Amino acid sequence: MAERSFAQEVLALRQGAGTTFRGEGILAVTKALLQSGVAYVGGYQGAPISHLMDVLGDAHEILEELDVYFENSASEATAAAMLAASVHYPLRGAVTFKSTVGTNVASDALANLSSGGVTGGALVIVGEDYGEGSSIMQERSHAFAMKSQMWLLDPRPNLTAIVEAVESGFELSEVSNTPVMLQLRLRSCHLTGSFVAKDNKRPPMTVTDAVENPKRDVSRIVLPPASFLHEQEKITHRWPAAVKFIQERGMNEFFAEDAADIGIIVQGGLYNTLNRALELLGCSDAFGNSAIPLYCMNVTYPIVNDEVLRFCEGKRAVLLLEEGQPDYIEQSLNAILRRAGATAALHGKDLLPVAGEYTPTAVTRGVAAFLKKYRPEAVTSEPALLRPDTDPGSPFAPRVEPAVVQPRPPGLCTGCPERPIFSALKLAERETGQHHISADIGCHLFSINAPFNLGATTMGYGLGSAGGAALNSKDADRRTIAIMGDGGFWHNGLTSGVGNAVFNKNDQLLVVVDNAYSAATGGQDVLSSQAQSPLRSTQHPIEKAVRGIGVKWATTVTNTFKVAELRDLFIHALTTDEPGPKVIVAQSECQLNRQRRVAPERAQAISDGKRIVKERFGVDAETCTGDHACIRISGCPSLTIKPNPDPMRIDPVATVTDSCVGCGVCGANAHAASLCPSFYRTDVVFNPTRRDKALAKVRNGWISMLSKGIERRAAGIEVSGDPGDLTVLDPAPAAARAAHSSHAGVSA
Amino acid sequence: MSWTDGQRPITVAVLAMGGEGGGVLSGWIASLGEAQGWTSQSTSVAGVAQRTGATIYYVELFPPHEGGGTDARQEPVLSMMPTPGEVDVVIASELMEAGRAVQRGFVTPDRTTLIASTNRVYSITERSTLGDGRVDSQALITAAGAASRHFVGADFMALALAAKSVISASLFGALAASGALPFSREEFEAAITQTGKAKKADASLRAFAAGFEAAQGATEPPPEGATLDGTPITVDAEQLNARPRNPVPVMLSLRRPPDPAEEAARAEAAAQERALADPTSLVGRELHGHARRVAADFPHAARLMLLRGLQRTALYQDLAYSDRYLARVARVAAVDPDRDGEAVMTTEAARHVALWMCYHDTIHVALQKTRQERLQRVRDEAGADPEQLMQVREFLHPQIDEITDTMPTALGARLAKSAVFGKVVHAVTHKGMVVNTTSASGYATLSAIARLRPMRPRSLRFGREQQFIDAWLDLAVDIAPQDPDLATEIIRCERVLKGYGQTHEHGQESFGLLIEAAKRLRGQEGAARQLARLKEAALVDEDGAALRSALANVGLADVVA
Repeated sequence: MAERSFAQEVLALRQGAGTTFRGEGILAVTKALLQSGVAYVGGYQGAPISHLMDVLGDAHEILEELDVYFENSASEATAAAMLAASVHYPLRGAVTFKSTVGTNVASDALANLSSGGVTGGALVIVGEDYGEGSSIMQERSHAFAMKSQMWLLDPRPNLTAIVEAVESGFELSEVSNTPVMLQLRLRSCHLTGSFVAKDNKRPPMTVTDAVENPKRDVSRIVLPPASFLHEQEKITHRWPAAVKFIQERGMNEFFAEDAADIGIIVQGGLYNTLNRALELLGCSDAFGNSAIPLYCMNVTYPIVNDEVLRFCEGKRAVLLLEEGQPDYIEQSLNAILRRAGATAALHGKDLLPVAGEYTPTAVTRGVAAFLKKYRPEAVTSEPALLRPDTDPGSPFAPRVEPAVVQPRPPGLCTGCPERPIFSALKLAERETGQHHISADIGCHLFSINAPFNLGATTMGYGLGSAGGAALNSKDADRRTIAIMGDGGFWHNGLTSGVGNAVFNKNDQLLVVVDNAYSAATGGQDVLSSQAQSPLRSTQHPIEKAVRGIGVKWATTVTNTFKVAELRDLFIHALTTDEPGPKVIVAQSECQLNRQRRVAPERAQAISDGKRIVKERFGVDAETCTGDHACIRISGCPSLTIKPNPDPMRIDPVATVTDSCVGCGVCGANAHAASLCPSFYRTDVVFNPTRRDKALAKVRNGWISMLSKGIERRAAGIEVSGDPGDLTVLDPAPAAARAAHSSHAGVSA
Repeated sequence: MSWTDGQRPITVAVLAMGGEGGGVLSGWIASLGEAQGWTSQSTSVAGVAQRTGATIYYVELFPPHEGGGTDARQEPVLSMMPTPGEVDVVIASELMEAGRAVQRGFVTPDRTTLIASTNRVYSITERSTLGDGRVDSQALITAAGAASRHFVGADFMALALAAKSVISASLFGALAASGALPFSREEFEAAITQTGKAKKADASLRAFAAGFEAAQGATEPPPEGATLDGTPITVDAEQLNARPRNPVPVMLSLRRPPDPAEEAARAEAAAQERALADPTSLVGRELHGHARRVAADFPHAARLMLLRGLQRTALYQDLAYSDRYLARVARVAAVDPDRDGEAVMTTEAARHVALWMCYHDTIHVALQKTRQERLQRVRDEAGADPEQLMQVREFLHPQIDEITDTMPTALGARLAKSAVFGKVVHAVTHKGMVVNTTSASGYATLSAIARLRPMRPRSLRFGREQQFIDAWLDLAVDIAPQDPDLATEIIRCERVLKGYGQTHEHGQESFGLLIEAAKRLRGQEGAARQLARLKEAALVDEDGAALRSALANVGLADVVA
């Protein structure tokens, strides 16, 4: 079950022709697939298209009604290989994944698919994880389109345009026998808007029809001599067919084509940013009435030479907006213009940033530079962001001391079961010395940040073990540690990592973090998930899998919060003489998903009158000495600091906020790291039993009796009644105290 | 019509951290606009940034329109990213995030209404420093005020929690009250009720109302000639780094938030006054004689701190221990060159001597854990009703040293060397102990340990600490006539002695290095400043690397060896 439910939203997928569909980008894409008569869908979750997979999962009833086959692919390679169903059969199929990382994984299948070509429309929807908010290396999907010859659509960020891109994408794929990539940029996935819906279409041929009527055609299989013919076919047949379709359908757009003797060529996905830049410069309005000719490339590959030449005809200069690098399109346009002997000067990365996201600032500055060079009179307005940063009128003029704005990297959530794993590892290393740690992709990669600072490299999803493969020396007196998540493990780590380590007799310690979900991508189920899923087969233990592949030393820890035990286990695994890989499966449920499941259950139980104990942790401010050692081995968001309530002491003390879920990591750390005696746990009892009440009465009587002497002595020393003056004053630095201000407002 | 003529959307950026409902808030804003016939577009960045990191949501609201004419789109073309200098409303769920919005150019004095919660969610750097790593919140508030056209600041987090809701709701209320969007309060509330479940919506509406009221209070325009704290205020565009071409309307408010720093300072001044007027009223009756001695023999400026120290030492041990405390501080007071003025040296001695003398040992911790007011405080923090049953479990991990340290010197020394005793203690405690203070046996055990107090002066550690304290004061008193500032800094070095176990050992090590450095710096120009800097370095990390490099920087690398 995924982190976010779209159960409500997917009902809109039943909307019929002529109605206005409102929603997010991912929902629009799903609706467009159904309107296009798609026969099968697959994919692998990952931001920014995780939610597309979740929408499809939540829409399974609608998909079943239409006889659309849907699966959660094991990896992006699996998803891409699924498209093989469109090779011989006129089935429309779509798969989706994060790019470029998912496309990297999928590229073997994509290359084979592209070589043989397709009969039914094959659509690869890639969530382009580029720019602010991205979690991966900054590369372009464009390269994959070029190398395997798949067409690349980059529609304007507008739901109607995106829906049309899906629909015409299938057609384009079919007329040119080529798979089509639809690039959805980071923000487009959750872009809200509306479009006019059409009726959903049952696929003319279903997967069932295909299975019952098998077909084969050896000329479509990638093996010589067919493979050589495929390459020729790509050039002689598929490319021209695609160009013809793109032109006839008018997939690329010309705006204000003859308005001036200069122009701007823009990737569709950047169109809105460009129009905003032109508005700011006084060259366009809110409805895109541009005073500058624009050529909007909603198809960024292949480039339609005729359209480019038509646009550049009679123009002195054109500016190309192409985000990311290398500048594939710019290189291509230069070749097209030169070959045709066109005279228009081409600008691009000489006026715009070579690398990095094309933000409104970057685009406005680049367009302004272009216009000022060729048509200064067109610029009738100077937005503040054009001023130099040193100008007091610039939005970037220093208005806040840089030191007071610190980075806030993502980290493990409150109550995350992975935190005690890294606390234990940090404590184990105190005794065994430091090791090379090969990290992986997933929430556990946050271990590389403060406060854990553990992990040297990450080579890709599921490649934690493989990333430590070379660092395996018989002569070394210590072994390498590798980390892998359950998601990465099933994605490929079982074979690329564990199998490899067994086969090569690698001595590493592999820690598989098993939190029962593909947690980082939004809590999707995996093979080893604990939940019973009506749609999928789950509950397949990781330890059984590694033993099955030949690991002898394997153990599963079912409660990662026992920090001391885990630390001792790490030490044992790091020092044992047993040969071969040592695998520890560290198992506890993702807290984010657990709370989503447990919190409503608990609230219900309390209101039903059932006995429930609510736990949370706390820190005694007077016992805490303000050294923050507890924070340095935890980093839990709910374990923070507050001004010292003791007026004699200066440094802030540790405190636990109300967001505490009582996971127990504080207490376990206090024990395992011999921290301090400040930590306590409170167990508040809801709906106590009669026995609870009786016991409490006895205890309270006893405690009040024993405490009398202590309190009597203290009463002679302390001031009672108004002790505030001596005890509650707050000596912390004035500024820090202001942070804890409450209620009424500040205004200036 | 174009952008500069005012044909533009209202632009709203929301900066929030994962789990704070930033998506819900931007969804409300978008649906609010749509319900009133505006064109809304919202975008967000999904992904790992949502795991507790900072993330940004962006909404554009375009007024009702006739469409764009023949050649153009029928719908406005809206941007997916905020443009620096062109953002009308910035909503920040936390104060440092407000600072980040300013830094990124989203908040500008000519345009932006900045609605920010003034609560702090400390960054990991702030939290994990050994000393005090907090950034200056006042600097953030000042920057937020100066950088925005209109700043609405209040602790919207506290308001949301009080309403058992999420900060997105109280911020939405503040947005309604700010007047930055041309919609009525009812229209705002409708956006909440139309989405989500009724029960949740009720809590959201409560938080919304609280945010609305707080923001109204925070945005009242001041009457003519209004000042804050009696200081005349002049604000001009230049001063606020405004864009020179636009005059900057600035709204000031009479109702500033109760600044806890100022409140604390006021309370401190009141206590100070009381200490001067009626010193005995600040300590228990058994200490009245001591208090009178303090009043008669010690600098006035140090009196409050001394009274606190008296109470601390007496509670920690006994009245004789308080005598010893006064005698120690008296040594410093005697050499304080500013006795009749601020008496900083004496005040700092009053603070740090008391803290050191009341070092945290097992007995003291047991006393703290068993006090009634402590149990009440724990109950309040857990949010338990007065009648509700609650148990408190302590996570203790007594080390062998901590046990032998508490024993009479001879016994402690013998047992510390005993392998058998070590094994026994290890077997019992190495996995840590969980003691239920609210159980009969738990409370009995802890209160019995607290009652070992009279044995403390005969313990191993007690003797050791007293020796160290005297040696430390000897040095300070010796240096004071020659360099009082250095002497004061030496006294302040007690601050690095903190923590338990390994952390405490590290503190002792740092302290030793600082004292050694002080001896070497003696007689040098700026010695006090140098020592203060070394002390800050000692509080940077736990392995002493920063202190070592700071020592090397002042040519004292050999102190470490």
